[in-house]
Amino acid sequence: MIKKNIFILLFLVIVNSVSYAASQKSELAEKYKAMNSINNKASLQRGAKYFVNYCSGCHSLKYMRMSTLAEDLNIEEVVFSQNLLFSNKKIGETMTIPMSESDAILWFNAIPPDLSLTARSKGPDYIYSKLNTYYEDDSSPTGFNNIALPNTSMPNILAGLQGGQKLELDDKNNPVGFIKISKGTHNDLEYKQLTNDITNFLVYVSEPAKLRRYSMGFWVLMFIFIFTIIAYYTKKEFWKDVH
Amino acid sequence: MSSDSPDNSRRKFLTGSLSLVGGTGAAATLWPFLSSMAPSAKSRAAGAPVKVDISRLKDGEKIDLIWRKKPIWVVKRTKNMLDSINTNEGQHKDPMSENTEQQPDFAKNKFRSLKPEILVLEGVCTHLGCNPAFKSDENKFFCACHGSNFDLAGKVANGSPAGANLKVPPYRFEDENTIIVGELPQSDNESKG
Amino acid sequence: MSEISGKIDDKSSPSGVIGWVDERLPILSFVRNHLTHYYTPKNFNFWYFFGSLAFLILFLQIFTGIFLAMHYKPDAKLAFDSVEFIMRDVNLGWLIRYMHSTGASAFFVVVYLHMFRALMYGSFKKPRELIWLFGVFIYLALMAEAFMGYLLPWGQTSYWGAQVIINLFTTIPFIGQELGIWIRGDFAISDPTLTRFFALHIVAVPMVILLLVILHLAALHTVGSNNPDGVEIKKHKDENGVPLDGIPFHPYYTVKDFVGIGVFLFLFALTVFFIPEMGGYFLEHANFIPANPLVTPDHIAPVWYFTPFYSILRAIPDPAYGALAMAMSIVVLFFMPWIDSNPIKSIRYRSMLFRINLFVFVIGFLILGYLGVKAPTPLYSALALRFSEMYFIFFALLYFYSSARGNLYSYIFTGAIVFLIAIYDVARITSDNYISVLIGLASVCIFIMFMTLTPLFSNLNKEKQVPDRITG
Repeated sequence: MIKKNIFILLFLVIVNSVSYAASQKSELAEKYKAMNSINNKASLQRGAKYFVNYCSGCHSLKYMRMSTLAEDLNIEEVVFSQNLLFSNKKIGETMTIPMSESDAILWFNAIPPDLSLTARSKGPDYIYSKLNTYYEDDSSPTGFNNIALPNTSMPNILAGLQGGQKLELDDKNNPVGFIKISKGTHNDLEYKQLTNDITNFLVYVSEPAKLRRYSMGFWVLMFIFIFTIIAYYTKKEFWKDVH
Repeated sequence: MSSDSPDNSRRKFLTGSLSLVGGTGAAATLWPFLSSMAPSAKSRAAGAPVKVDISRLKDGEKIDLIWRKKPIWVVKRTKNMLDSINTNEGQHKDPMSENTEQQPDFAKNKFRSLKPEILVLEGVCTHLGCNPAFKSDENKFFCACHGSNFDLAGKVANGSPAGANLKVPPYRFEDENTIIVGELPQSDNESKG
Repeated sequence: MSEISGKIDDKSSPSGVIGWVDERLPILSFVRNHLTHYYTPKNFNFWYFFGSLAFLILFLQIFTGIFLAMHYKPDAKLAFDSVEFIMRDVNLGWLIRYMHSTGASAFFVVVYLHMFRALMYGSFKKPRELIWLFGVFIYLALMAEAFMGYLLPWGQTSYWGAQVIINLFTTIPFIGQELGIWIRGDFAISDPTLTRFFALHIVAVPMVILLLVILHLAALHTVGSNNPDGVEIKKHKDENGVPLDGIPFHPYYTVKDFVGIGVFLFLFALTVFFIPEMGGYFLEHANFIPANPLVTPDHIAPVWYFTPFYSILRAIPDPAYGALAMAMSIVVLFFMPWIDSNPIKSIRYRSMLFRINLFVFVIGFLILGYLGVKAPTPLYSALALRFSEMYFIFFALLYFYSSARGNLYSYIFTGAIVFLIAIYDVARITSDNYISVLIGLASVCIFIMFMTLTPLFSNLNKEKQVPDRITG
């Protein structure tokens, strides 16, 4: 009895690690690597626009203060208010959404997660591959399935942009790629650019300080370097006494 | 190596620069800590201007709102109240609102307001920070903590412990019935009302 | 103004305000005794930076912690949000938080190096046993401090990490279950656990650590520092009672430590500003998901500084014995001064076998640390078991090398250890695992026999003559 608890825990650890390893095996999802560069302000601005247009109906960014966003992305407050502000919101508030959890359960059978920290917890590549690996699957209630997150309850919001695609299977029924079956409003390159911008934006949202810490860090390191040099010569001077 | 003997001026110079650079570094390191104690982005956002609708404010009534965590009073002064201000000369410490800390420039007038009938004040006693009470029948604000008296323009009466007039916050009229507390009037036309 | 002499004469009593204070509170004599007239061996090397660095980090952690506590909310409903509030809304809050989280890891890096120094140069040996004991207590308190601090962000790793560690206490016979509930203050980890961990993390344990640090330093300054040669500088003094091989701590080691501090701060700032997560080792990815008692994350591993011990815990597939082994692996550290009673302190004059032993121990400890972050595959589990055995064998060998051993003693000693290890393998061997068990057993036994029996046939255990004075 005493030992049971910890046995179960250790068991859970093992089982989960194995399943983690198994989920890692989706090589197709692994092929999608986000090319994010947080200093690309234009990409961040586009990503913010796409996010507000396509994602913010369901997904909140509850830690993202809009005034911080406007300042960091060099968007003037007036422009921001006209284009990106959620209804009835003040610019000093965070990007929460009006949809209630009970409505979400009713509509999607799941609560759309808050995406403030997803880029930190699951990584940018996950977001990017999730947006790129939807395929048509009649067995799924939404008509779509996803490689990065199998059996996702999230509908394929961007289907009209990307166009429809089906899974390409090899002899052993392993997914190896996608076959385009209908055209979207964006060609492949444009769609990848768009999803990359959204990913990039979410990377920024997950840690706004990232924009500041590199440049600040550079000066701090320079300063410490100078300090160390002086300390070194001072030490050398004093240690002349020691034989 | 130049010499093995201690070189005192070199030592002084080196320890001096080391202390200077180290001291500067230590002082600079304090900056993030001190700055973290200033209002956060959240508090600053909460300190944004507040809108108040006065269409239903009746003559002689006061409403309270909160701006930057402080009580703000809006009083619609009656004719009688305005008369009381007109006739109380010589009873106040700062009758001409000379203390510029206590009001924006637009309120440096007899009624300390944009429009004579509408008074907007911070409800914080300038003595030690209590909330004075609105005595409409006596045409004054009275602070119960230490007995300071203010007239209905917020001017502090002679003999009160408080030294300064009640503060007028920055505000402007968005339209006839909407006041925005926390923003200054955009032009002179508006300030004349 | 007259020239002020840099040195204070011992006999002259200061005047003015300083003198007035010094008569009532011996500040000047304190500075004299512990800085300007505290004589330290002149041959400290690289390994002697880590004591003062640990002190610096302690200060840094307390300082940053105070400011984090101004914004953090120890409430299961608010904790996670308040950490994000610090990261985003508090002015430069992210910097303070990263300094604190990086500081925790840096503390352990520095403390591990500091402890390794003590093992290398025999700094735990007579007359410095108490310094070592206080040191191990500091290390224990630090582990408790780090563990409780890690719960506070209230993310998934916080929650499940604490779950696993607290469950260790439930393996204690008879009282375990009740003890676990008492520690949590609830039937599962929840708000009361968080609030008490907060109180302990920011008040109780730091005070204990500060007290222990004072004792550690007081004991050190009573007997004086050891050095890479392991000779006592107090044995040879000049006519004024100043050790011939000693130099005043100030200014010589203060200026030297500033160089160490500079290098350390450079690496520290590099981490804080450029890689604060350290690839998930300092701040784990799953900890950016709020704690959820219903979902265990895919992969939970303790923070890196606990992983060697976590490996020892997992090496034995019985929770109670695993926990016991883990506890023993720390308890054994307390006995170091009596396990290794060889009079030679420094590795410089110890035998080749001693060096091999220490080297293998460090490598084994690092491997255990690596295995602790990995999911246990059969190979990894087998390795973890063998390196756990090696961890304990290190101490047995230290004891063995304490003095010259005869033939009979060597054979009996070897036989006893081999027997102890083999008996466990015999108990668990099956037709499925016999190959890996036998290979593992054979490797460990060959190592032991090499370490204990070669002295009978070779010079590998020959020690060098310890010099009388410091060598340079």
